[in-house]
Amino acid sequence: MAIAKKVPEMLSKQISFCPGCGHGVVVRLLAECVEELKMEKNVIFNVGVGCYSLATPSIEADKFDTLHGRASAVATGFKRCNPDTLVISYQGDGDAYSIGVGESFSAAYRNENITVITVNNTNYGMTGGQMSATTMPGQKTTTSPHGRDCNTTGMPIKFPEMVAATFPNAAYVARGSVTTPKYVNQLKKYILNAFKAQLNNEGYSLIEVLSPCPTNWKMTPLQSLERINKELVDYYPLGEFKTRKEK
Amino acid sequence: MEDMIKGNHAFAEAAIRAGATFYAGYPITPSSEIMEYLSVRLPEIGGVFIQAESEGASMNILTGASASGVRCFTASSSVGMTLKQEGISHMADSYLPFLAINVVRYGTGLGTLDTGQSDYLRDTRGGGSGDYRTFVLSPYSLQEAVELIDRGFELADKYGMGTILHTEAALGQMMEPCTFPEMKKVERRHGSIDGTYSFERISPLYRDRLKEAIDEKAKYDSIKENEQMWAEESLEDAEYVIVAYGLAGRSATGAVKQLRAEGHKVGLIRPITLWPFPEKAFAKVNKDVKGFISVEENATGQMVEDIALTLKKSDKSSKPVYMFVDAFGVPTMKKIKANFIRVKNGEIKEVY
Ligand SMILES: Cc1ncc(C[n+]2csc(CCOP(=O)(O)OP(=O)(O)O)c2C)c(N)n1
Ligand code: SF4
Ligand SMILES: [Mg+2]
Repeated sequence: MAIAKKVPEMLSKQISFCPGCGHGVVVRLLAECVEELKMEKNVIFNVGVGCYSLATPSIEADKFDTLHGRASAVATGFKRCNPDTLVISYQGDGDAYSIGVGESFSAAYRNENITVITVNNTNYGMTGGQMSATTMPGQKTTTSPHGRDCNTTGMPIKFPEMVAATFPNAAYVARGSVTTPKYVNQLKKYILNAFKAQLNNEGYSLIEVLSPCPTNWKMTPLQSLERINKELVDYYPLGEFKTRKEK
Repeated sequence: MEDMIKGNHAFAEAAIRAGATFYAGYPITPSSEIMEYLSVRLPEIGGVFIQAESEGASMNILTGASASGVRCFTASSSVGMTLKQEGISHMADSYLPFLAINVVRYGTGLGTLDTGQSDYLRDTRGGGSGDYRTFVLSPYSLQEAVELIDRGFELADKYGMGTILHTEAALGQMMEPCTFPEMKKVERRHGSIDGTYSFERISPLYRDRLKEAIDEKAKYDSIKENEQMWAEESLEDAEYVIVAYGLAGRSATGAVKQLRAEGHKVGLIRPITLWPFPEKAFAKVNKDVKGFISVEENATGQMVEDIALTLKKSDKSSKPVYMFVDAFGVPTMKKIKANFIRVKNGEIKEVY
């Protein structure tokens, strides 16, 4: 039987990411989940600075573009003033884990009742593929042209693991991927879990998404998916690190 | 007589009375008592108090609150205000009102714990990126601070921009009798973000920046024309005019009164809006004035530049501008008077 897949109404305008980019899938899933929960007139998309900033003009819902790295702080302000509204903080690995690590960590620490989505594409996509806090050992980027040397730059950060281990009262923490239909469906479940936790006032929720950046990885879209499935998931395991207490 | 209250507590209570319900901040001497007071007071009225991880984060938290249309404020001192500049500039670009109280501590970088007026240029020029201004209001007493905090919120809302209450360690730490207005109830600003998508917020990538630039210029011009505030004494016949704000302005007010009683023809301009600078006050000074004296609590002289620039486009462009600067402390009336006499006797050279 053919299944009719409707584009979420709040995404009727075109969004332009590079071919094979993972951001499009994540934005689409977020919109689908918001509509399934019938929250499209009670949601704030709070967005950091990275390639995903290109999505805000196309999201037809309340939205706000923050400064680079500050999205979790701004989301805190939104949520405290709109406690019954679904507040989503859409960020990247550069935004959330480097320049904004203080804001990201502190929102988790205060157990702000927000949902943070961090799209981890192991580089600063928007500025041309520089090394980020999640760049893999040996990975070539425009600021690590000979491959990331972890002796001088440190090891890639695992933020969800850190949050899950450090903050026992965080509501929900998971890592998903967009590389196969199975993973996409799994990611959608994670997002729904996080949203439901927030709407039930359970506290902070965080989902990291392993996402391809074919342009800066200098790979075809298919090679990029393979890289995630073969290389990244070993270091960045998929799954739930903290599940909801109440269901 | 009214009850005595500590300056920092008075600032905090004034903001509550003005209808503010949201505060985010980070501790720093000599302004910490503001947030200590609010940590109890805001929950009492059903407001939000957040002790943030830094001054920068607190400004970004305020961004979310202000974009939600809620009357919100923060406070800090000098070096802490430095960290807020990023957020102040972003809020300016997003037309978001806020009040930030700067209880200035003297000095550069980490600075000192002493009182001073070393942030004049930073606060009036704006320390963040871009082409924006904020209102900068400076009180000379706690009672005036209470009034200016309410006015500062109203101005911020009216023009969609920020207000800095620029005050000094000494005012934050001292006690004075003070009366407060009744509690004001302020509705959430129309057209703010509440999740209902009742209006389309244009993405920064698609805004008509050229049109906005022209509108901003017109807005700032209209503010300069309509929102200047100052206090003055005896400008009609003054041979010399002392210019001073904040507590230096308070000292100068007393000094001018005594000098007048002693027969000196001296006048006073006490700027209350540091931005917009009260240029209109200078237009009221008689054209035979012999000179202006800037009295400031810093080492190098900062406001003196605004005085010179103001005179340049007036009929007093050739009048000399002197300065008497006194870092680390509020200049006493005695010192101000002594320096006035030195200017009068030609012992001090003009700066401009
Ligand atoms: C204060 C500041 N510093 C630097 C930049 C430049 N900048 C824009 S996006 C970006 C990196 C974004 O990386 P990430 O969050 O991982 O997003 P991606 O594009 O990879 O999805 C940087 C450094 C900026 N906008 N603001
Ligand atoms: S540069 Fe990378 S992250 Fe950015 S749109 Fe292109 S593929 Fe996506
Ligand atoms: Mg990235």
